[in-house]
Amino acid sequence: MDVDYKALKNGGFMRQKQKDRFSLRLKVVGGNLTAKQLMVIATAAENYGAGHVHLTSRQGVEIPFVKLEDVENVKAFLASGGVSTGVCGARVRTVTACQGSDICPSGCVDALSLAQDISQRYFGRTLPHKFKFGVTGCLNNCLKAEENDLGVKGGYLIDWDSSDCFFCGVCVKACRVGALSRGQRQIYLDRQKCVNCGRCVKACPTNSWRGRPGYLVSFGGSFGNRIAQGRPIFAITEDREAVLKAADAALDFFTAHGQAGERFRTTIDRVGWEPLTKAVEAALAN
Amino acid sequence: MPTDLEPVATVDITDCVCPMTFVKIKVAMDELAGGAILAVRLNDGEPVQNLPRSLKDEGHKVLRLLDNQDGTYGLLVKKSEEA
Repeated sequence: MDVDYKALKNGGFMRQKQKDRFSLRLKVVGGNLTAKQLMVIATAAENYGAGHVHLTSRQGVEIPFVKLEDVENVKAFLASGGVSTGVCGARVRTVTACQGSDICPSGCVDALSLAQDISQRYFGRTLPHKFKFGVTGCLNNCLKAEENDLGVKGGYLIDWDSSDCFFCGVCVKACRVGALSRGQRQIYLDRQKCVNCGRCVKACPTNSWRGRPGYLVSFGGSFGNRIAQGRPIFAITEDREAVLKAADAALDFFTAHGQAGERFRTTIDRVGWEPLTKAVEAALAN
Repeated sequence: MPTDLEPVATVDITDCVCPMTFVKIKVAMDELAGGAILAVRLNDGEPVQNLPRSLKDEGHKVLRLLDNQDGTYGLLVKKSEEA
C-alpha cells in the first residue's frame, strides 16, 4: 500500500523512527483541555497508542505509537469525545496562550479568548512555512510573545489623575525603567521610556494612576534553527479588532512574498520591514 | 493629603530578603488594630519597588514614602480597617 506520509503529517500524524507508527498531534488552544477531553485522550492513548502521551513545547498533546491501520479509527474515537487532530507542515500551528486576565492576578488582557479567536480564524491556514501565534496576558511574558511569528502581549495604557495623588513617590520607585519622576506636586511620565507594564497602576495607593488594557503586537519572531526576536510595528492598541487586522495583513504579506520553506522572519528580512509596516498600517487604517 | 501620620509601631526589614520582608511586615501588622499606622524601614531596590504593591493587594494603605538618603526608605502604612 502506498502511504501518503505528507497528507498524514499535514493532518497531525507525525512519522516516528518506528516503521508505521505515528505520533498523533492533537488540536489544543492555549493549553486548555476539559477533563472530559483528557479522559478521551487517555483512553485513546491506552487503546491506540503505547499508554502515554507527550506534552509538546507549545502546550500541545501528542499520542505516540499510533498504528497506520488505526489512523481513521483513532480520529473517529477522539472526535466522538470532542477532540480534534492538530496540524503540521507549512501552516498556522497551535496558538499558545497563558490563562490571562480571567484567572491570573497579573493578567492584563484575556489571552485565552484572544488565542481562541486567532485559532478560529487562522488555524491550519496554508502558508509558505509554519506560522506560530502566541498570546501572553501581561509584560511578565510567560508565553514569550516575541518568539512567535506573531506575538501578542497585554500591557497598560496609563494616565495620571492628580486629584487624589499625595505625591508619595511609590510609583516612581515601582517603575523599573525610570519613566517616572517626581516634581513639586507633580509626577512626570516619559512616554518614550514607558513599557506599559502597569506597575505604577498596581502600586499607587490612591489609584491616581489608571491603566487601560491594551495589546502589544510583535512580528517575525522565531525560536528554532534560527533565533530572532519579534519586533513591534505599531504602538500599543486598546482595539482587539486591530490585532486581528494586523494578523490578516501579516499572513497576506507572507502568502504574497514568502518563498516555500522560508520562515516569516526570513521573508521580512529579504523583502524589508518597510513593505510589511506599510501593509500592516494600511490594514489598521481600514 | 493624609493627616495624623503618627505610627504606633515600627518594623525594620533592611536586614532580610524576600519573602521574609513581607512576612515580617505581616507579623507586625497582625499586632495592630485596624486603621493603625505602621512605620517600615526598608531597602532601596526590590523592597521599595514591590512592597507598596503587596501592601495595597492586602488592603492596606500606603501614606508616605520617605527617602532616608542612606539607601533606605521609610514607609508609613495604614492597616486595613477590615483586617
